Amino acid sequence: MASDQIVGIDLGTTNSLVAYMQGETPAVIPGEDGLNLVPSVVALDEKNRIIVGNAARKYLIETPERAVYSVKRLMGRGVEDIQEELKFFPFRLADDIQPGEVLRIKVGERTYTPPELSGYVLRQLKRNAERFFGGPVTKAVITVPAYFNDAQRQATKDAGRIAGLDVLRLVNEPTAASLAYGLDKKKNGIVAVYDLGGGTFDISILKLHDGIFEVIATNGDTHLGGDDIDNLLITIALDDIQGDLKLDVRRNGEAVARIRKAVIEAKIALSSEPSVKLDVELPGGQSYQREITRDAFEQLIEPVVQRTVAPTKQALKDAGLKPEQIDEVVLVGGSTRIPKVRQLVEDLFGRTPHTDLNPDEVVALGAAVQAHILGGGSEITKEMLLLDVTPLSLGIEVAGGVTDKIILRNSTVPASATQHYTTQVDGQTNVAIHVLQGERELARDCRSLARFDLKGVPPMPAGLPRIEVKFLIDANGILQVSAREQRSGKEAQIEVQPSYGLTDEQVESMLLESYDYAEEDFRQRQVIEARRESETILAALAKGKRNEAWRALTSDERRRIETLEKALVAVKDGDDYQAIRKGIDVLNEATMSLAEMMMDTAVSTALKGKTMDDTDLGEGPQAGHPVAKAEFE
Amino acid sequence: MPGDETSSCWSCGTMRAVHFCSACGKVQPPVPVDYFTFFGFPQKLNLDTAALEKEFYALSRRLHPDISAQAESQEREWSLQQSSLLNDAYRTLKDPIKRTEYLLRLEGVELEEQSKEATEKARTTGELKKQVVPPDLLEEVFELNMHLEELRTQKKMGEDDPALLEEIGKAKLSLEEKHDALLAELKSDWDKWDKAVNGGAEQERLKVRDHMVDVLNRRNYVQNLVRDVNEALEG
Repeated sequence: MASDQIVGIDLGTTNSLVAYMQGETPAVIPGEDGLNLVPSVVALDEKNRIIVGNAARKYLIETPERAVYSVKRLMGRGVEDIQEELKFFPFRLADDIQPGEVLRIKVGERTYTPPELSGYVLRQLKRNAERFFGGPVTKAVITVPAYFNDAQRQATKDAGRIAGLDVLRLVNEPTAASLAYGLDKKKNGIVAVYDLGGGTFDISILKLHDGIFEVIATNGDTHLGGDDIDNLLITIALDDIQGDLKLDVRRNGEAVARIRKAVIEAKIALSSEPSVKLDVELPGGQSYQREITRDAFEQLIEPVVQRTVAPTKQALKDAGLKPEQIDEVVLVGGSTRIPKVRQLVEDLFGRTPHTDLNPDEVVALGAAVQAHILGGGSEITKEMLLLDVTPLSLGIEVAGGVTDKIILRNSTVPASATQHYTTQVDGQTNVAIHVLQGERELARDCRSLARFDLKGVPPMPAGLPRIEVKFLIDANGILQVSAREQRSGKEAQIEVQPSYGLTDEQVESMLLESYDYAEEDFRQRQVIEARRESETILAALAKGKRNEAWRALTSDERRRIETLEKALVAVKDGDDYQAIRKGIDVLNEATMSLAEMMMDTAVSTALKGKTMDDTDLGEGPQAGHPVAKAEFE
Repeated sequence: MPGDETSSCWSCGTMRAVHFCSACGKVQPPVPVDYFTFFGFPQKLNLDTAALEKEFYALSRRLHPDISAQAESQEREWSLQQSSLLNDAYRTLKDPIKRTEYLLRLEGVELEEQSKEATEKARTTGELKKQVVPPDLLEEVFELNMHLEELRTQKKMGEDDPALLEEIGKAKLSLEEKHDALLAELKSDWDKWDKAVNGGAEQERLKVRDHMVDVLNRRNYVQNLVRDVNEALEG
């Protein structure tokens, strides 16, 4: 498999996935544990090593102060933005963060910025892909919530760079989902994608036309998702425990983590069961039990679910469409498994939503499709083109603290606009440009993206200078702003450095840190995995020798196998990857006829099955990897 | 159709179209053109939106940054500029009001600033907004504003006066009728404009232009009133 494969990554609040185009079909790349979903959890183990994914989950309970989850909620945000978050999430911030500064989260004794923590998740996905392809992976398409603002997008791009990935494109999650949805249906029509994930909600309305996926309108809430439902359940449990057991465990990280795990399981079970029993063992030996019926659950989550209504209606209004004009509604995100959510969508659009896609995987699969398109495409994708929009209006602050919108929301990107301004005071030589994002009238109610000064304007009477401000939004939804005083030609150009972002130097140094180890990491991992594979095949061979089939071989064959066996034993504990690999390959080949003869017996699986399926490294997917198939109708 | 530029492609040297080379398909550096010319359309106001959309999709397939994702950085930069120009042009031309305003701006006309931002700005800074109430609306607007003020006060107090709501509802209906009438007037102006452009009737063209400015200003004024009414009713 070519190592210049561009992968598609869904960097989720709860889970992350990496996918690629397997021929004509997108497929998720499983981790070493064989699982497609990599929980977006980062932890430090006893030796202060970074652990990511399923392996990190146990630390959430055992040493909660050394583990973080739902970091996506913090991406591109400042300390003043996340007060609400801090009430419900056990994020431990560094003590000395100033407003406007990038956040730093304590994990154990160390602190990390949100892009670094997300970078670790991305690096894990990168490794999974490298293990799968048997070569380095350096290019990726990463998805973001459609309603992510500029700072959140920049932070995601930074995370990619920190992980050693060249982020070719940020794609909006619902749009990516539509690509996966529309891939094998050469259908034209209007599609609404309702995406309720772990921490974000997006609604996008698209027009599919002969392979063009044109987003007409998008809306959402970047702080709304399954997490909020979990928090409601946790709050109830904590109150119960205080009331019934006279225990206040709010400050007990381990207890809260156990409760969280239990309520998430209960929430999932309630999608198929009429009622579940919550049973949490608390530190100190007591236990908390409670029965939750689906009715009670649905009542409880009603306010959360209702928060998706206004954005959905606004998106329809912006698209100039009535619900009945939507041809298909596609559900994305784990939270759309909740029957109550499906019911709401059905009520909103007056039609049964399309639920054939796996809501956890469809975004990553779509990202893989977009990665494939960017890589030059093939027969199946060559007619496909994504036309996305900017979710929020962009503008600058003008006199009186008012937002002057320069590019309106739902404009197709890339988009540009030029606006002219002048000075207010005679002889004014500096003009402050304050870049804003949002729909509100007053600057203070919009998101401040950046401030910069156009300096050195020649002194002129007020009103005479002609200042041209140019905005350009690229296909990632990221903004560049430049300003020019036209009478003097004085120019100031900036790549918007978001108020809560990292500087290029910061990203660079974080990047170097991870790069120092990247090459070494990859090599070591290859060795370790090849070693493990050797052990599997040697064990299988030992079993095979006890089989009747062994006796059926000629003595030459047996001698040859035993020589190769010894050779592999001799190299397997060394550090020479090539030697181990070669040892495995020749032994595999020599034992082929043995394995074939053993086919009829139960033992055959031990040799053939194991060596073929479980312990591959360095070969393409044609070697029978446990590849997840895309689920299409 | 775009393609009258008589210069050669930077990449293969063949004669190129405006946006991309007709021979090798490479995206070309943008040249400053107006939105109509970008699409290869004449500066007329009656526009076949189906043809516009078709051309937009066709050009997107050539100019979008996804197409040149693997190209050198200079070519990618041109593609970014060209496709942003394409999207801006399409956004402007597909909307009949924006299209008319754009054409008038090309003609050097400054329209009254009726946007919500401008209204808000005028309110905050105390500056007088350049906005003239159309004389025939003067009385109606005066009365409506009084009613709206009353409604806002009542809403604050939590009161509800069905008679007042009915008054406002009637005023809104009348405004909406005016709005539709102005749109119809604008449409007939488009026909006159296009005819004048075809026949090279310069005098007539300027006359229609000035009439459109007037109609547009009135239409925008009325639309903003409707917006205010809706906001007062909802808020």
